[in-house]
Amino acid sequence: MATRLTQSNRAGWLFALPGFGLIAVFIILPFFFAFWLSLTNQRLISPNPTEFVGLQNYADMLSLAVVTLEPERDADGAVIRDETGAPEYPRVRSITRSDAFPQYDGMREWFRWQSGETARVVIASDVVFWKALTNTLLFVLIVAPTQAALALGLALLINQRLRGINVFRAIYFMPVVVSIVIVSLLWRFIYDGQDGLLNTVLGFLTFGAFEGHDWLGDPDTALGSIMAMSIWQAVGFHMVIWLAGLQTISPTLYEAAAIEGSSKWQTFRYVTWPGLRNTAVLILIVITMQSFALFAQIDVMTNGGPLDSTQTMVFQAVERGYGKQDISGGSTISVVLFLLVLTISLVQRYLTRER
Amino acid sequence: MKTINRITAGAFVAYAATTGAAMAQTDVSMWYHGAGNEVESNILNGIIDDFNASQGDWSVTVESFPQQSYNDSVVAAALAGNLPCILDVDGPIMPNWAWSGYMQPLDIDESLVEDFLPGTLGMWDDELYSVGLWDAAVALYTRESTLEDLGLRRPTLEEPWTGEEFMAALEAAKASGDYDYALDLGMNDQGEWYPYAFLPFLWSHGGSLVDRDSYTTAEGALNGDAALAFGEWWASLFEEGYAPGTSEDPADQQTGFIDGSFAFQWNGNWRAVATMAEVDDVVFLPAPDFGAGNYIGGGSWQFGISASCEHPEGANAFIEFAIQDEYLAAFSDGIGLIPSTPSAAQMTENYAEGGPLASFFDLSADQARLRPVTPGYVVQSKVFTSALADIANGADPADTLDAAVDEIDSDIEANQGYGHE
Amino acid sequence: MAAISPDNRGLRLAVRYLVLVLVALIFVLPLLFMVMSSFKPDQQLLADTSSIRAFLPVGDVSLGNYAEAFQRAPVRLFVFNSVLVTGVTVVLSLAICSLAAFSFVFLQWRGRGLVLSIILATLIVPFETIAIPLLLIVSKLPWIGLDGVEWTWLNTYRVQIIPWIADGLTVFLFVQYFKDLPGELVEASRVEGASWFQIYWRVILPLSGPVVATAAILKFLVMYNQYLWPLIVVQQEQYRPVMVGLQYFFQLNVAWGEVMAYLTMITVPVLAFYLVLQRAFIASIASTGVKG
Repeated sequence: MATRLTQSNRAGWLFALPGFGLIAVFIILPFFFAFWLSLTNQRLISPNPTEFVGLQNYADMLSLAVVTLEPERDADGAVIRDETGAPEYPRVRSITRSDAFPQYDGMREWFRWQSGETARVVIASDVVFWKALTNTLLFVLIVAPTQAALALGLALLINQRLRGINVFRAIYFMPVVVSIVIVSLLWRFIYDGQDGLLNTVLGFLTFGAFEGHDWLGDPDTALGSIMAMSIWQAVGFHMVIWLAGLQTISPTLYEAAAIEGSSKWQTFRYVTWPGLRNTAVLILIVITMQSFALFAQIDVMTNGGPLDSTQTMVFQAVERGYGKQDISGGSTISVVLFLLVLTISLVQRYLTRER
Repeated sequence: MKTINRITAGAFVAYAATTGAAMAQTDVSMWYHGAGNEVESNILNGIIDDFNASQGDWSVTVESFPQQSYNDSVVAAALAGNLPCILDVDGPIMPNWAWSGYMQPLDIDESLVEDFLPGTLGMWDDELYSVGLWDAAVALYTRESTLEDLGLRRPTLEEPWTGEEFMAALEAAKASGDYDYALDLGMNDQGEWYPYAFLPFLWSHGGSLVDRDSYTTAEGALNGDAALAFGEWWASLFEEGYAPGTSEDPADQQTGFIDGSFAFQWNGNWRAVATMAEVDDVVFLPAPDFGAGNYIGGGSWQFGISASCEHPEGANAFIEFAIQDEYLAAFSDGIGLIPSTPSAAQMTENYAEGGPLASFFDLSADQARLRPVTPGYVVQSKVFTSALADIANGADPADTLDAAVDEIDSDIEANQGYGHE
Repeated sequence: MAAISPDNRGLRLAVRYLVLVLVALIFVLPLLFMVMSSFKPDQQLLADTSSIRAFLPVGDVSLGNYAEAFQRAPVRLFVFNSVLVTGVTVVLSLAICSLAAFSFVFLQWRGRGLVLSIILATLIVPFETIAIPLLLIVSKLPWIGLDGVEWTWLNTYRVQIIPWIADGLTVFLFVQYFKDLPGELVEASRVEGASWFQIYWRVILPLSGPVVATAAILKFLVMYNQYLWPLIVVQQEQYRPVMVGLQYFFQLNVAWGEVMAYLTMITVPVLAFYLVLQRAFIASIASTGVKG
């Protein structure tokens, strides 16, 4: 459309300016402010003067090291083993709190693995950050495809010509319009380990065989439970987007497929799916963005626990910046998160580029 | 009639305005944490009305905030330079705001606060910054019948349970099979409740959140032998199934003791009145002594003055007015908290001699210990909370307490010692 | 194709509906729990969570919780504030973002690509991470109003509205939609001598009903559920929105029945708004979705 008719620098800027100006003042400027804060030792409230510290906050947050632990040996040099036969190792704190290793001062075990008799331990100066990072990535990696797939399933289900289908469509969409804070409050009752609704329902369905589980209290199920709830809340929105995509696929294609005698799966694979490609890209991008911002569910339901199994980047940014008055530390997480998402979306864009 | 009154009133106001400041009262703004709590708001409004009517210089106006987000609101307002004159402040938070330069010392007649419970006076840098109309206390709730059924000695302030006796009581409750849990600690409330309610157990083991002399390190205080013993003990409460963990249903916490699901409950006295109404033979026992004394936490909400207040005389006048015995008693009767003075206690239903909660007054006077009086407490309390939650969820006590020490120490360093020498 | 007997068809239909109903239950039960609980006294509400009674209006059912919720907090004021702030923001947002999108899609100007890229990059800045810097900015912003110049935006409606008007997602939605509109329309109008604003107002906007509905719903949800921002920029009850008001109900002893009543009340305006826009919304997605 680059014709002379549409060439207009003045009108172009004039029309874009109100929107761009507001975004610049209320989003971009504060973001650069946050970036500046991450290079200082600024506290939220404090009488101490602010100092420029360069990349110190990033170093404090990101530094990792691997230490090797040799098993404990008795006087004869034989490896000491516990009841299960596993070798016993000296405690990590004997290294991190020892004056002999000042470089590991203040670090903590993140995870370890075994190679032969020796154990290799990854220690980090900020274990909670790394857990928040991995939890956030895990959340995105699981929720994005699952939610997209379930939404597509629902869209296929709802894309039928049946009396009253609009009512079902509205019902499936309903959780979307309820605030995530409200949803999180309600689901605390559902996930409750004592007499929660989920345990009640599962017990009922299995005729009492299901004993009940403490969904949010168990580090193995807490993040999964929050994922399930988040999907429940948002899936209706993406269902509607898929539905729209489905309705744009020409009926003649389906008729042709029917004449060819293709099975239901073949029809989906060769007619429906190719028609949804652009929709899929849109949905994936939106879900990914939303998943990275995971905060309210954690704040209401688990506070990052149990055992940091539900820590996330945004939750930690808020917890540090406000709760612990460490605004420079909180801002550092924000900047890292921004760079991370930017990288991922550039990669996403590259992978889904039109060839 | 009404119309005429309104007109004359209007004329009077207009007249007052034109005749200058002599007649007018100067506005003094105040923030309070009681939004949504009708009883509390009514009492406070009563005090303010009395004060405004009692003199002609100052007129206090109050803005109420929901308690849960009150501190966030104040810090945000402080950042934005928008604080009111009179500030309601939670006792242990006060040093942080004072150190940051957002509060000024009180200038009130010291004889007025002579009799006040120690937990109700907020001192920082050897000056009085805040004063509370009440203190809160924590006790071990149980039933007379529970003690009898389990064959337990009734502990007293003079002779509290030892750590062994306490654990034996939990074991007896568990073995009886009559309860879902032996002890309820209120673990779901991962806020200020943790340090307030559980630091006393650490103290009683001989440990401490930070070094209480220098306030410049937690090394040795929170991860020394005493603290490790506390950590192991704390872990055992959950390993052995004596107490429900962090995922406890808040509703169970509210009703569990009343329903008889818990043999004991470690709970604040703000629940005492409601519990007495439901449980006839409820008794409030003092904290057990694990060897280094028995403690409860002291320090509740207090009134202070912001540094930016333009009329500190008015604010001081109001605070002097508000800490009269009759108002201390009114708050106590209304919300069940401990009045700050013995004389006010005698005027209350619950804390007068022989009253059902009189034991709490003694608890507060004898056992109350302030949480660390340092600006760094804001951070330390959060670190302590997550450490205790982690241990309850199965984390190794020694490693967890070490990590907590590291975090506290690096925070103190980042704040250049928080002004402690 | 094998002939389908009428019986068989009836059975199939029944199965289809059964599946639809079962799925619907998953979505509706938690919300039903909220509504039903709002009619029950606390003790019963909590006891009911361990049985199917949680979803049924049984036992001691009354409107008592609603009456008490009104006692505890100025519910009407909070809803009014939220609806006002939300409504004004949505309208301004639609106008300003669509105008910008129009410029990005139909006009040629220097810097266009760069500016659009920057706006899209702001999509990935979670608000929580810039809240404090933004607070520091608005606390010092001047404002020229009817009463002269003020030097802060705190404790106003405008501080809850203006920073939220423009955002990357809304611009993005409009851009995607406009790209699908036939460009010849614009060129033809241009030839006829229409001004750019006339083209935007008379040609493009009338065709934009669907995307307007989509953007409106998304913006409405974001604005109506605001919590952190009003919490830190508003210290006066008279400007507080519904989600901050929710905090009034979390006292030391939470009255869950009142909480449920309050949640039910503040959810109603959103549902109403959605139902009104539903038709246009679904049609809208139909067109934005195609492009992706």
